[in-house]
Amino acid sequence: MSLRSPLGRVRGLGAAGEGVGHWWMQRVTAVALLPLTAWFAISLLTHSLQSYDAMRGWLGQPWVAVLTLLLVLTLAWHSKLGVQVVIEDYVHSKGTKTAMLLLSTFVHVLAAAAGAFAVLRMALA
Amino acid sequence: MSQRPLSPHLGVYKFAYTMSLSILHRITGCAAAIGFLGLVWWLMALASGPQAYAGAMACLSSPLAKLLLAGFTFSFVYHFCNGIRHLVWDTGRGLERRQARASGVLVIVAALALTAMAVYFGSAALAVPAAGVTP
Repeated sequence: MSLRSPLGRVRGLGAAGEGVGHWWMQRVTAVALLPLTAWFAISLLTHSLQSYDAMRGWLGQPWVAVLTLLLVLTLAWHSKLGVQVVIEDYVHSKGTKTAMLLLSTFVHVLAAAAGAFAVLRMALA
Repeated sequence: MSQRPLSPHLGVYKFAYTMSLSILHRITGCAAAIGFLGLVWWLMALASGPQAYAGAMACLSSPLAKLLLAGFTFSFVYHFCNGIRHLVWDTGRGLERRQARASGVLVIVAALALTAMAVYFGSAALAVPAAGVTP
């Protein structure tokens, strides 16, 4: 006899209430990051990084700005999910673990907001 | 409490290099998380103006920073390549011992080759243009 309700079984969200959501989003962001990071790295390597004007000109282009914005947001998401797993696996004290998870979430949201703001400011300047 | 059965500790397994590759994926992932903060710092400097950007690039162009960038490049490229390996595993393919060991070697070779290429092109991208020359 199962103590799980039929509704709970159908939803399949398990004890943590999110089912395979974490695992799946880590994969979705990983797949998205393959072309995004490859494009960004190759672009950086083929520009004169020391030239402020050249870099601003590059990031001022609409598609470059859109892809860089997506890169920043997807990196933040993927990184947040990964760091969360590392903290959950290796930090065993409940208080420290909760504090570190909170800190990681806040730092990732701050970095995502700062990165998105920087890209938008350059694109819309 | 002490009578509860425990899953075997990692130490009971005979060492295989695929174990190092596995933990290296996490270590390089943590390094990439720090690299992400570095990327945001760089974007903020670029968005802040010529002086802030010149300061950031001076910081990134020191010999120590270049060494760290090369190390970070390997770390990132490894995570990238090994991430593809993980995504292939997620489809249920390549999980046999022989295949997993071969793909591990392939990942290391690919990561080293890509790092060498990135360092080659990166040193040109980071080069300071000669005075008086406008690119």
